[in-house]
Amino acid sequence: MPDNSETPKQQHKRRTVLKAGGAAAIAGIAAAHSVTEASAATQAQDAALAADTEASAVPIVLTVNGQARQLRVEPRVTLLDALRERLDLTGTKKGCDRGECGACTVLVDGRRIKSCLTLAVMRQDCAITTVEGLAKGDDLHPVQAAFIRHDAFQCGGCTSGQIMSAVAVIDEGHTGSTDEIREWMSGNICRCAAYPNIVAAVQDAAKEKRP
Amino acid sequence: MKNFEYARANNPADAVRLVGDRPGATFIAGGTDLLNLMKDGAQTHDRIVDVNGLALTDISHGNGFLRVGALARMADVGAHRAVREKFPVVSQALLASASPQVRNMASIGGNLLQRTRCGYFRDTGSACNKRIPGSGCPAIDGENRGHAVLGVSDHCIAAHPSDLAVSLIAVDAVVLTNGPHGERRIPFGDFHLAPGDTPERENVLTHGELIVGLELPLTPAAAKSQYLKLRDRATFEFAVVSVAAALDLRGRTVNDVRLAFGGIATKPWRSTDAEAVLRGRALDTATIDAAGRAAVHGAIPRAHNAFKIDLVQRALSRVLHELGGVR
Repeated sequence: MPDNSETPKQQHKRRTVLKAGGAAAIAGIAAAHSVTEASAATQAQDAALAADTEASAVPIVLTVNGQARQLRVEPRVTLLDALRERLDLTGTKKGCDRGECGACTVLVDGRRIKSCLTLAVMRQDCAITTVEGLAKGDDLHPVQAAFIRHDAFQCGGCTSGQIMSAVAVIDEGHTGSTDEIREWMSGNICRCAAYPNIVAAVQDAAKEKRP
Repeated sequence: MKNFEYARANNPADAVRLVGDRPGATFIAGGTDLLNLMKDGAQTHDRIVDVNGLALTDISHGNGFLRVGALARMADVGAHRAVREKFPVVSQALLASASPQVRNMASIGGNLLQRTRCGYFRDTGSACNKRIPGSGCPAIDGENRGHAVLGVSDHCIAAHPSDLAVSLIAVDAVVLTNGPHGERRIPFGDFHLAPGDTPERENVLTHGELIVGLELPLTPAAAKSQYLKLRDRATFEFAVVSVAAALDLRGRTVNDVRLAFGGIATKPWRSTDAEAVLRGRALDTATIDAAGRAAVHGAIPRAHNAFKIDLVQRALSRVLHELGGVR
């Protein structure tokens, strides 16, 4: 599914505009009018940190969606920032950056974790799966398909995290009842409160076995 | 987050040396609390020593105890058959903690070292005696609904956040460490410190001392134990109050009992006074109520947290009625 053929300057998209706005803010230019979200400036700073390749950066290899990717990061760069800002895997979302919202959920060696609460340097020699790694070509993962069928999102900000958690929750076998699904999906917050549809999607996807 | 030097330890001795050598160094295991503290600026370190490569994840049976490696993850310990059967209070406390993702990451050793959720502590714009000794405690006369009523001092009223720790003190766990001065066994009740005049000191570990495991003694009381956590929403939230109880009944008489509390105290709080009320007595509503009163004796309520004193007694009553089969 991911279209990795796009080169950075091919298109202007919301995030390239945000990136440019954030960089201007760091340079001390009054760019507040171009920053649409309160957290955008902080996120741009993190992005700048993630992009830093000074002497303190260390070479690492991350295995993401089956591909070994080499990069240099400062030790303080979280797995989330490395995925988004260095590997351009922006399907994984940055919500709270404090482990409270679940938008950054990825699988590491098959287990779901919050990628904002771990350092990229700590996750070498692991198999990392992001939302970009779920589909097989144009074949959506059953959980992705179920989310579409059940309209299990509104704004979409939490959706990739919800989907990654849902994949794990089904693997873990915690889908016996709606109460059980709600409890075991509780690490993923949806500010649009699409919960009934999310629970329905998880329940539905749990019935399917991936071929 | 300020940058730091990263090192990966291959064995406990390396880990201890790499942290012990550098005053600003610390260990990282799950990182689920440490990274937030560092992002917030509540803690800074110039060296982070990754201990995840150490072989400390096993859960194994010893002679009369269960041994849990410090790097076993919360999710794995909570789901482990021996923990569920022999220490239900520990399994229940773990499964009531944080979120499934965090439980997959966070280690047992790290859980014991997590720091208070007091908003003033986490906000570097506020004074806080725990973060900057001597700077003051805005919580005492400020927003203190989440704060402690027991074990408090004039310098700090921050509540200890760990559910696991409350359950461990109720089963007489022992903390095993390896440090610059060798190995130690620390009874759980001696591990955490009340704030007193030094709220910045939260436990008895010395710099560079690494938690390597826990020993959980197999007892009849631990096998009949329960955790009740009351919070502001159904799940994924810290305790307003919590109760860990372990009960060994002979007929209707309490042969042995452990009672511990979370959300109401500055450290995982065991009430030997409440236990003494019950021990050797018939377990009934009257003795349960008397134990509840003993548990909160000396509590110091503030503007927003006095309700915890009633709430925790009701929580204890519910747990003991259920656990003891009292109608």
